[in-house]
Amino acid sequence: MDNENRPVFRGTPKQERELKKVIEKHKNQPGGLMPTLQEAQGIYGYLPYEVQKMIAEGLGVPLSEVYGVATFYSQFSLTPKGEHRISVCLGTACYVKGADKILAAIEERLGIKTGECTPDGLFSIESCRCLGACGLAPVMTVDGEVYGKCTPESAVKVIESYLSKEV
Amino acid sequence: MQMTIEKLNEIQERNKELVALRKLIAEQASEMLEHSQYRKQILVCGGTGCTSSGSKKVIDALEAEIKEKNLTDVLVVKTGCFGLCALGPVVIVYPEGAFYSQTTVEGAKRIIDEHIIGGKICKDLLYPETVCENGEILPLNATRFYKKQMRIALKNCGVIDPENIEEYIALDGYKALHKVLTSMSQDEVIETMLASGLRGRGGAGFPTGKKWAFAKASKGDIKYVCCNADEGDPGAFMDRSILEGDPHAIIEAMAIAAYTIGAHEGYIYVRAEYPIAVDRLKIAIAQANEYGLLGKDIFGTGFDFNLEIRLGAGAFVCGEETALMTSIEGKRGEPRPRPPFPAVKGLFGKPTVLNNVETYANVAQIILKGADWYSSIGTETSKGTKVFALGGKITNVGLVEVPMGTTLREIIEEIGGGIPDGKKFKAAQTGGPSGGCIPACHIDTPIDYESLSRIGSMMGSGGLIIMDETTCMVDIAKFYLEFTCEESCGKCSPCRIGTRRLLQLLEKITAGKGTMEDLDKIEELSSHMKVSCLCALGQTASNPVVSTLKYFREEYLAHIVDKTCPAKKCKALLKYRIVSDKCKGCTLCARNCPVKAIKGTVKQPHVIDGDKCIRCGVCMSNCKFGAIIKD
Amino acid sequence: MKKMIHLKINNIPVTVPEGTTILQAAKTANIEIPSLCYLKDVNCIGACRVCVVEIVGRRGLVASCVYPVEEGMEVLTNTPLVRSSRKTTIELILSTHHKKCLSCVRGNNCELQKLAYDYAIDEDRFKGEEPIYKIDDSAPYVVRDNNKCIQCLRCVSTCDKVQTVGAIGQIRRGFDVHVGSPFEIGLGATSCVGCGQCIVSCPVGALYERSNIDEIWDAISDPKKKVVFFTAPSIAATLGECFGMPVGTNVENKMVQAIKMLGDVSVFNMNVTADLTIMEEANELLERLKSDKPLPMFTSCCPGWIKFCEHNYPELLPNLSTCKSPQGMFGALLKSYYCQKNNIDPKDLYVVSVIPCTAKKFETSRPELSNAGIPDVDVAITTRELSRMIKGAGIAFKDLEGAEFDNPFAIASGAGALFGATGGVMEAALRTAACLIDGTNEKLEFMDVRGTSGIKEATYRIAGTEVNVCVASGLGNARKVIEMIQSGEKNYLFVEIMACPGGCVNGGGQPVQSDSVRNYSELKAKRASVLYHADKEGELRLSHENPVMTMLYDEYFEAPGKAKAHSLLHTHYTPRNKF
Repeated sequence: MDNENRPVFRGTPKQERELKKVIEKHKNQPGGLMPTLQEAQGIYGYLPYEVQKMIAEGLGVPLSEVYGVATFYSQFSLTPKGEHRISVCLGTACYVKGADKILAAIEERLGIKTGECTPDGLFSIESCRCLGACGLAPVMTVDGEVYGKCTPESAVKVIESYLSKEV
Repeated sequence: MQMTIEKLNEIQERNKELVALRKLIAEQASEMLEHSQYRKQILVCGGTGCTSSGSKKVIDALEAEIKEKNLTDVLVVKTGCFGLCALGPVVIVYPEGAFYSQTTVEGAKRIIDEHIIGGKICKDLLYPETVCENGEILPLNATRFYKKQMRIALKNCGVIDPENIEEYIALDGYKALHKVLTSMSQDEVIETMLASGLRGRGGAGFPTGKKWAFAKASKGDIKYVCCNADEGDPGAFMDRSILEGDPHAIIEAMAIAAYTIGAHEGYIYVRAEYPIAVDRLKIAIAQANEYGLLGKDIFGTGFDFNLEIRLGAGAFVCGEETALMTSIEGKRGEPRPRPPFPAVKGLFGKPTVLNNVETYANVAQIILKGADWYSSIGTETSKGTKVFALGGKITNVGLVEVPMGTTLREIIEEIGGGIPDGKKFKAAQTGGPSGGCIPACHIDTPIDYESLSRIGSMMGSGGLIIMDETTCMVDIAKFYLEFTCEESCGKCSPCRIGTRRLLQLLEKITAGKGTMEDLDKIEELSSHMKVSCLCALGQTASNPVVSTLKYFREEYLAHIVDKTCPAKKCKALLKYRIVSDKCKGCTLCARNCPVKAIKGTVKQPHVIDGDKCIRCGVCMSNCKFGAIIKD
Repeated sequence: MKKMIHLKINNIPVTVPEGTTILQAAKTANIEIPSLCYLKDVNCIGACRVCVVEIVGRRGLVASCVYPVEEGMEVLTNTPLVRSSRKTTIELILSTHHKKCLSCVRGNNCELQKLAYDYAIDEDRFKGEEPIYKIDDSAPYVVRDNNKCIQCLRCVSTCDKVQTVGAIGQIRRGFDVHVGSPFEIGLGATSCVGCGQCIVSCPVGALYERSNIDEIWDAISDPKKKVVFFTAPSIAATLGECFGMPVGTNVENKMVQAIKMLGDVSVFNMNVTADLTIMEEANELLERLKSDKPLPMFTSCCPGWIKFCEHNYPELLPNLSTCKSPQGMFGALLKSYYCQKNNIDPKDLYVVSVIPCTAKKFETSRPELSNAGIPDVDVAITTRELSRMIKGAGIAFKDLEGAEFDNPFAIASGAGALFGATGGVMEAALRTAACLIDGTNEKLEFMDVRGTSGIKEATYRIAGTEVNVCVASGLGNARKVIEMIQSGEKNYLFVEIMACPGGCVNGGGQPVQSDSVRNYSELKAKRASVLYHADKEGELRLSHENPVMTMLYDEYFEAPGKAKAHSLLHTHYTPRNKF
């Protein structure tokens, strides 16, 4: 991501206070960077430059290392997520039962690709590797709510039900 | 609190009957219940599978109903996984042992009204297999799914309330830790582990006793024990189920390992995708601390042990032991070359023992029941049991634990209930992205470490995915390569670039553009990565390709030479065709085709223009006359 | 005494100390195992997999750069399996590498190209998707071209572990992994100090200095401009390497003659301002002792160290000597004294400094080092750039007879020459101090502060008191020293810090030597020996005895630390953000 194209940071003083507390908690703990990033993402929803910089300064770790860790693990996000986070399981059990078709149907319905967020900020799509709900394969989640035994049609219906709630 | 053996025994006595009856049924259990304050116990699975299918709502409904009807002598227990995930939410009522499957909120109300209050089991809600023709109810253990299973690692799953340490203690919990701390030397523990024949259940099968012996022999002021709960194989959920159903078994085993090697600190590294498991672990650790089973001076023996949870953040490679430790250290989870081995230089540069969840789940029982008992189960080289997450095209999707040496056929046909929809078994994949496929001709292979690797697969951590005739083996190889490609850490060149090039070759083949020369390159790259990569992820990344190529070469050839996909999965190789005899010329297909690839006039047979067709399948699903076929 | 291990490599019996790697052990049997990611003292991660070997009885191949020898081990380094593995790995690496060898700065000494030749590879066999990256030329000194990067991570390890700067790191993972600055903000916006150690550790052309050669040619051909060059002490010790001469050859006179052949230019000796630095710095130290200004005093010759201090230890800025670096002093001297004396408008004097350093390129852009918008030094070029100019001018360097530096800045002391090696500034200062304070010039050689180790300490008796001094090279070592000082563990009067391990002879602007040279020989020591030899052979060994000093102070500066000297030869520093 180019420096110039970074989205505007809208952190609040309250969030900053929470982050400072988190940093203080993990400051002298061996290997404290990962838990700090996890909790920071919990506070802000993603890990923008400003947040990573505060973490680097607070923990006394080079920013390059913080950024390196944040971009290594797939659960850390550098961009804000949608209000509703859709996640389609692409674990093997779901895949052999057609999870790829479900993902494609949702992408088509929302007009975005996996990893992207709709322009109105309402939805973002991710894929994940096995939620462990293989008995219900194929599975997708919206905001953590599990929808099992999906078909492309039923998945799109689920999305639409969230859409109608918004209007 | 300072835990003593007396206190432990007292807790056990207090809870013994409450829990014990869940392993019995009918008369014996009713008798037991007479002494209990509870007339009925309703166990509801609170594992991820059943939670996803709505078990929380069922529990809420049960509890609301009980409150409303003021049934003070009925206990609702949220347990871990029963195993039959496909039939969730699962509810079992004791003392009858009535096994309700796919329970709904309405069903829950009926269970309370008719069964608990009315005394009449709702037979129509039971798992059909447990209801005999004569109306008799079979115990769960008599069903095909459970009959051939043997539960050691899963012993407490679906039996106890994992959020209540006293129920764990009731079933001999922490007795093994007491035994080890008070009556066994470190070497004696190692001897026992060695004699038991327990091997690492994470996939590699390294003898656990040996691992512990190495770490014990390493000099160091500080040592660590770690638990690998970063279950990365997509489609595997054994470790998750154990953590959700029996977290104390892991805590107790880690404490035993810590005592054995001389460590006082431990880490459990769990996937962040397992929120329920993490919650239960947190509760369990807090309770163990409260009961003096973790922390300082455990059982008054002077042994201290602290345990911390660390969450993964979405990196499959962190299941590799050195990468996992690098990740706990808060860095990018990249593997390190070995030697030095973790037993010598592991976490934070200190001697470290790392075992996976299922391995630990066996430890306490080996200590209590002895190495001879454990080594009497299984085959010559593979002792004990193995838990598998059975998934894919199989009737009974779920969690099974079988003695080593059980054949694949027994698991698929008996326990798994066969392939649904009358389809034919084609292959099973063990070991996930690092493993290989086992074709139908090897279905009678006994499952143990050596037999599986002999036929080109591996034990792996326990993911067992069943595929039927509609699964394309080239596509499945591509699926696994996509996975490893995305999960490669990128540290070593053969894996970073090799996985991508291998994937590109497979994509070329499934797109119908493959050549025979590509097949040679695939074989060359596969064997190159096997010997040259830094860690097991890269070394085994080509296994799914190599094994499908070994057993299903003709399928690759069909893609390359005939440009067809026999399983009709690979989109680019499909051809949609209208059978003119059947086509009534209703024009529905032509109107729905998104790319206007279908031509024809009303009441005349239509034709698909193969060059324009994007193989979306809309026409086929819309045709009311079955006139459109794909070949 | 370490335990000795006996093993066989390709059936040759070898005995080496325990802990030795197979790669190191093989060298004793005259086998050089190829490698890309391994670099002695810098990077040892077993990642590139080019150095793989077979161990009899063990499955698969192992990376010899990280695998320790074991008793009775039998290693095979040249089997069909090993050869084909190396070849395939190199082919895979090349499949993602922009093969623009013709225009690459490393075209003539690329380690990847050499391997491709040695293993007769086919660059197209595994052709496929190639990542495309934007070239990062945001910094005025270093350019990063990820399209040529092979992920060996020598640069990251240098920046992070050796220098503890951490301006660059690994980003993302798998096929998308690449080296870069956090949030891809560009090197120029980071806390990069410009030391250029990443450049000299890069096996390929993914890192190079921002070249200023064209500007110099333009100035040389501009009739209005008077062009002067001055060369840093260590250039004469290393330039020969660019022309195939052995490491450790002194080419001072050939260098001077070659530069003069570039055009109508004057060539001066920067060792002169090294002597001048000693005059001013010694005076400053004495003044500090008398006043309540903070101690220890840190040297300020090294611009990499200065920027490091500004970013990481702003609280120590008052401890830095206010003396400009020898380059800064020379620039100021030329644009004032020299211009006045020769009636040149400073605008028309084009000053080129030849330095072993990329950080000095940044230094020339500092506003403190300019006067009325005219920079004191117009451009700074590295040893490598100078060699390219000489080659481009068609000069047969090796055959030159040699020439002398131009007056008035030709004569310098041996002490000034020592500035090019770690400990050199300290030794030059100690010589002058011993002489001026204690009136003895018997002690000229201070062996405790010599040598290539990263941290050196010594205690000397000067003016009746024990004086603790410390010398650190490599910023990681500097950090250690500072932490020891700040924790109160150590107490020094005077500390010399050079950003590059070994000092300027191993600077980021020096000729790039391949891993086979750096892994198997003492490059830093060999280069430094040129300077120590020159000092020993020379007659003038004390900075303050340099007649040029007498001339400068008599004619212009009056005395060290006086008003004019202070305004021209001293500077100030600015705190900078940590990231």
